[in-house]
Amino acid sequence: MSFLIGDNMTGGYGAADILHDCTIAVELGEVVVIVGPNGAGKSTAMKAIFGMLDLRGGEVRLDGDDITKLSPQERVRRGMGFVPQTQNIFTSMTVRENLEMGAYLRTDDYSGTMEQVFELFPILKEKSRQIAGELSGGQRQQVAVARALMMEPRVLMLDEPTAGVSPIVMDELFDRILEVRDSGVAVLMVEQNASQALAIADRGYVLVTGENRFSDSGQALLDDAEVRRSFLGG
Amino acid sequence: MNPALSNPLLFAVMAGLLAAVGFGQSWAVALTILNLCLISAVMALGLNMQWGYAGLFNVGVMGFAAVGGLATVLISKAPVVDAWAAGGWRLGLAALALLATAAVVVAVRRWLGPGPIRSLATAVLVIAGYFVVRIFFDPATEAIEAVNSAKTGYLGGLGLPVLLSWIVGGLLAAGVAWFIGKVALGLRSDYFAIATLGISEIVIAILKNEDWLARGVKNVTGLSRPVPYEVNLQGDLWFADFAAWLGADVIEASSIFVKLCYAALFLIVLLIVVALSERALNSPWGRMMRAIRDNEDAAEAMGKDVTRRHLQIFIIGSAVIGIAGAMLTTLDGQFTPGTYQPLRFTFLIWIMVIIGGSGNNWGSVLGGFLVWFVWIEAEPAGLWLMDVVTSGLAEGSPLRAHLLEAAPHMRLIIMGVILLLVMRFAPRGLIPEIMRR
Amino acid sequence: MTDFLDALVLLANFVLVPGVTYGSQLALGALGVTLIYGILRFANFAHGDMMAFGAMVVIFMTWWLQSLGVSIAPLPVALVALPVGIVAAIAMSLATDRLVYRFYRRAKAPSVIYILTSIGVMFVMNGIVRFIIGPDDQRFTDGARFIITARGFKEATGLHEGLAIKLTQALTVLVTLIVVVALFRFLQKSRTGKAMRAYSDNEDLALLSGVSPERVVFFAWLIAAALATIAGSLYGLDKSFKPFTYFQLLLPIFASAIVGGIGHPLGAVVGGFIIAFSEVTITYAYKKFLRYLLPDSWAPESLVQFLSTDYKFAISFVILVVVLLVRPTGIYGGRSS
Repeated sequence: MSFLIGDNMTGGYGAADILHDCTIAVELGEVVVIVGPNGAGKSTAMKAIFGMLDLRGGEVRLDGDDITKLSPQERVRRGMGFVPQTQNIFTSMTVRENLEMGAYLRTDDYSGTMEQVFELFPILKEKSRQIAGELSGGQRQQVAVARALMMEPRVLMLDEPTAGVSPIVMDELFDRILEVRDSGVAVLMVEQNASQALAIADRGYVLVTGENRFSDSGQALLDDAEVRRSFLGG
Repeated sequence: MNPALSNPLLFAVMAGLLAAVGFGQSWAVALTILNLCLISAVMALGLNMQWGYAGLFNVGVMGFAAVGGLATVLISKAPVVDAWAAGGWRLGLAALALLATAAVVVAVRRWLGPGPIRSLATAVLVIAGYFVVRIFFDPATEAIEAVNSAKTGYLGGLGLPVLLSWIVGGLLAAGVAWFIGKVALGLRSDYFAIATLGISEIVIAILKNEDWLARGVKNVTGLSRPVPYEVNLQGDLWFADFAAWLGADVIEASSIFVKLCYAALFLIVLLIVVALSERALNSPWGRMMRAIRDNEDAAEAMGKDVTRRHLQIFIIGSAVIGIAGAMLTTLDGQFTPGTYQPLRFTFLIWIMVIIGGSGNNWGSVLGGFLVWFVWIEAEPAGLWLMDVVTSGLAEGSPLRAHLLEAAPHMRLIIMGVILLLVMRFAPRGLIPEIMRR
Repeated sequence: MTDFLDALVLLANFVLVPGVTYGSQLALGALGVTLIYGILRFANFAHGDMMAFGAMVVIFMTWWLQSLGVSIAPLPVALVALPVGIVAAIAMSLATDRLVYRFYRRAKAPSVIYILTSIGVMFVMNGIVRFIIGPDDQRFTDGARFIITARGFKEATGLHEGLAIKLTQALTVLVTLIVVVALFRFLQKSRTGKAMRAYSDNEDLALLSGVSPERVVFFAWLIAAALATIAGSLYGLDKSFKPFTYFQLLLPIFASAIVGGIGHPLGAVVGGFIIAFSEVTITYAYKKFLRYLLPDSWAPESLVQFLSTDYKFAISFVILVVVLLVRPTGIYGGRSS
């Protein structure tokens, strides 16, 4: 039984369905990547798992519990962290304040968590008093991920975390994500940079027009000639 | 209910209300209300074009109405020759200085590329130009205002027939709208609203302070009219006979006759505006306007020049409001800049459009009639209500006195509550926009 | 030398002191508007009348206290009455939110709808205030009038020009300072304050973080109503209370908020002073001032006034319109969508 599974999801934002019987599963301590062509429904699938749209069919289960009807805020309480693709930080607030907002729902002392997050992202500790909006693109992405980690989630979901960043920054971001995985978190990631993402993934799903097309280990997908030709540009 | 039935019914109810006033209070009062209803309807039509057709949030209606009123002065009043002699040519020099400054600013802006230097240069030139203009302007206006300041103290007008001023009022308002539109139409809704409100306040401030133009707060009275004067009618034999035949008092009859003449004129204007608006609304142009309003991005993607269309509608709507403003000033017989308050001239018109049904011309007409009627009758109605409510209290009781004195203010509360109720429970108004496929 | 000092004192008396006082009043008003804009995302046209309402309650309470013989001379009794007015204004704000705005919040209506309904609320509040207290001027000050009188100053310094500082002016500045510091501490340090800033910055992310929108809205109305009452009361103490003036103040207040960057509290304060000083410096007649500074042969004949005082309000409108066209996001880069 998977730790987190969006099982046979069918649904969309309005009248038209974007997802058709789509299944995405992820275990604790693994990185799962969702790739596919534009408009394939990758982000939609993740948003469906997070509860940002209503499913007409299928369900979402977290650690055995059916969470299909829960609101996104509820799911955050249950231990799901979500990093949106855009507008994922509070640009007018300092880095430290962003993290504090990440821990908003916590009633306990979260200074330990903040220390851990700063260890993971040392540059953020250096710039903790700086306004987040003034940071570079890559650093802002780090703030976004750090913010989500403040709740000590068991699942971390990232929507195209490396969109628009340089290759060096992307490498560093992926390194951090792997460290998060190593701490036992289930990591689910939608990515446009398919080859690089699959290279670090334990497993991958290739979605086409809202359906599962290929599912395998990251390496296997990379090695598959058909997948490479169709979606990874040879 | 089918709109084909409910619309005439609504208008019939409106007519009934006016008739009730006629019987209950007096026909003179009913006709006065009717005339203002007609003018309000025209104003609402103008605003409806901007908001209902194009989604433009114009909170500066007051300014356009005032500009229309100004036109009556500038057109129909006789020129004050002495004032022209005293300051006219210097004013001309000031105008030239203004044009020169504008030309220099435009040229310099074209010469310099965009950037902080250009902005600084613009600011410096504008400020310098302002002072240069003032050198000619100040002595000119001083001289003009000194000429017989008790009775004139301004330049006067062109001495042309007053009906012409209605058209000129529209043109003047259109000109102001062109300028405002060019400058402010790029702003998004709430900023556009605040900008138009601010600009209308500036317009009123100018009218109140530039005595040389229209006497400022000293007001211009004795404007000529397109209908007979009551006194003259009373003196006319044919009218006296007519009144006697009707069995009515001559003075009262003359007052009613004059009001009816105005009503006829206003009605003609209203019908023309409605007819033209309906034609425009149902034309391909109208459909395009509404397409832009409903989905601006899609329209732009299809190649429609949204800004130009918005400017067109803004100018036309403002022109209509200007015409209404001119009509109002003609009815008043005087131009009083102090009366132009945002509550009465902007926000009340908005209530008319919303309650009547934005996007629908007949809705605006009905809204204009109904809201004005309620606004005016709320005062005596409130007083009557307070009278009833306080009838239990002693004659000299201060509470009773206060309540009776405060009664007129209830109409503000009534109007606000009506607007809120309509927006919540009947947001499309009494006569909703007809949705076409 | 004394000429130079006289010139300074003249400027202080007619430009600096009124400018700082008026700037404080605008800052308080603009803070309320900017908070509502940041959290509820619309320009609240009823804010001026909320100021009038709050001030009205303070006035009644003050009159009642005065009739009982209560006095805290030299300070005005109105200060004691202020909390009552604040509570009343808060109640009124929360009621209008519950009855009017909450529906549109749930329906995710565009900001134009909010503005139109706030116009309706404006009519109602305007009517209520005029109905209860009437449209005329009301006076409710007591206590000392001046801290420094012009004569006292002249006697003390031996200068030609006198500097007068009214108690209400000093009070306005002091209260504003206290309120602004308290507000900024709240916004910067408290959990709710940060939640409000987060909500204003990025609504979706704030909701995701678990911020409760109704709680944030509640606090926004609370603070805005309190600010409005304080601003309205101070203005009424310093100048006079007349319901009509509060709508007129709305435009300089909007101007202040927008110039500073709408949605940004610091911008509201800075904007308030910019607008206030612009109004005062542009309409001040510098003739006497220049006469002190310049040699006699250069002394100006005319008033040396850029714009007549009639155009005071027009100045803030012009600044507002210019800012909207040149840099609509204001000084502190408010939100632009």
